[in-house]
Amino acid sequence: MSTGVSLTVFAKRDCPTCQLVAPVLRTLAQGGQALKVYSQDDPTFPEQLPGVIDDRELGESFRHGIEIVPTLIRYENGKETTRTEGWDINEWRRVTGIADLGAGMPALRPGCGSKSVEPGLAEYLQVKFGDPGLKSRKIEYGDYDDPIEACFERGWSDGLPVVPPTDVRILRMLQGTTRKPNEVLGPIPPNLAECTVEKAAINAVMAGCKPEYLPVVLAALEAALVPEFTLHGVLATTYFSGPIIIVNGPVAKRIGMNSGINALGQGNRANATIGRALQLIVRNVGGGRPGEVDRATLGNPGKYTFCFAEDESDPGWEPLSVSRGFARGQSTVTLFQGEGVQGFMDQKSRSPEDLARSLAMGLCAIGHPKVAQSQRAILVLSPEHYAIFAEGGWDRKRIEAAILAATVRPGKDLVAGAQGVGEGLPAAFADKQVPKFYEDGLMIVRAGGPAGLFSAILPGWIAGRNRFELQPVTKEIKP
Amino acid sequence: MTAMNWMRDPTPETSPLKRARLKPPPSLDGKTVALFDIGKAKTKEFLDRVEMRLHEKNIRTMRTGKPTNAKIATPEILQEVAEKADVVLIALSD
Repeated sequence: MSTGVSLTVFAKRDCPTCQLVAPVLRTLAQGGQALKVYSQDDPTFPEQLPGVIDDRELGESFRHGIEIVPTLIRYENGKETTRTEGWDINEWRRVTGIADLGAGMPALRPGCGSKSVEPGLAEYLQVKFGDPGLKSRKIEYGDYDDPIEACFERGWSDGLPVVPPTDVRILRMLQGTTRKPNEVLGPIPPNLAECTVEKAAINAVMAGCKPEYLPVVLAALEAALVPEFTLHGVLATTYFSGPIIIVNGPVAKRIGMNSGINALGQGNRANATIGRALQLIVRNVGGGRPGEVDRATLGNPGKYTFCFAEDESDPGWEPLSVSRGFARGQSTVTLFQGEGVQGFMDQKSRSPEDLARSLAMGLCAIGHPKVAQSQRAILVLSPEHYAIFAEGGWDRKRIEAAILAATVRPGKDLVAGAQGVGEGLPAAFADKQVPKFYEDGLMIVRAGGPAGLFSAILPGWIAGRNRFELQPVTKEIKP
Repeated sequence: MTAMNWMRDPTPETSPLKRARLKPPPSLDGKTVALFDIGKAKTKEFLDRVEMRLHEKNIRTMRTGKPTNAKIATPEILQEVAEKADVVLIALSD
């Protein structure tokens, strides 16, 4: 072999092909070949080969981009000129330049996976031996400090423990999207601080998201930043409201979201953490904290997190996203400025007409039974209630129209002072028929377990001078 | 503390890296000052003098502390201070 040529081999004991080539390595060494051998799992392997380099930390394997063992690399004057993976006798002869290398050995044996590319290791090695590429500043803590407590002390928590955002976790989170970490998503109120994909990913880590949830979080954030969503107002209001996230399309099933039993409750990681991530971004990036800009009189438990998927199992049902202009098969998030669950029970109505009127009674109670005209709400229709409409052949539009019609009431019952209650509409409404909701103020979503003639009303935020000023927003979820 | 570990900042990094201390109240009028003895010898005598000066200014005090400077305050001690005092003066005297 000519001067200035050297060979490097990466191997591990736990690889039959590496064991097969061990005699070849000994032959190369005994022949005076400039040879470095790195062992990934046992520095005594290959036996009877002096100078094997211990790479159990996998730093050299990472730096050399090793994916398969054995890997043979040829250097000329310090620069890599070629490499081969596994055992291919012709390839090894080409790379080494030794025409009779491995005489009598099998022609071909595939290699094994390098330890440096085992699941979960890539980001760890990137942080330990490479440049993680993260721009956010480091916050150090001592060996004996509890990082979860450190997050509390810095005010990064919504009151529940957060997952400490370490580099490895952030890098794994960023694998969930094709978007670049430095892409700016927009200014987050109230402080209008710029939020990058990296900052969103950090907060998604803290919320407990899996990487595959990140595109949903990013879409929810983009929806929240549309001016008609009025995120600053939703945050600052003394009213109960917070963002409610409804997920439609194939992504919901792909990431394991719950649209069934207890869909609005606890117990599903995707539902719980996607909603929480959005709230943590508002808190940590935007600076929106209770008692500061968040002036809610009481708030609602949904301000920790409120996210669920629509049940799209009935092909006869038009999903919410489709009703809002998106195609079937497109994954979307719809954000609504809403509050906690107002339970609705009707176990006796059996016809669509009866049930529509009954639901209207429940819907008229939101905010205050006598307040009307500027309202929005989500009706989460359970399977048993939906079945009554479906058996009658009613679709989304017909259900919505019937309920909205039934929420139009005589003004004389709603004016201030009527029914012995001071709250109410101005006296000028006394001789009018008054709708409770804006004409587009009712959104129906299907969700819930199979048993129970119960549905849920999610009242909207009472704000905005007209229906255009404050609107739900739907955005497509992109990878 | 050895700073061998780190997290990344989830905020827009508009505040200093070190956490800011809480601002002291603009006045001690109407406040209760906890005089906290860390447990070293002679601290009692020092705090007696501090307390006397505070009382001369009609500022309420409460005395508390921990039995030894070698251990951290127990949650019970911290909760008592949080419940009864507005301001804490932690003191030692060697």
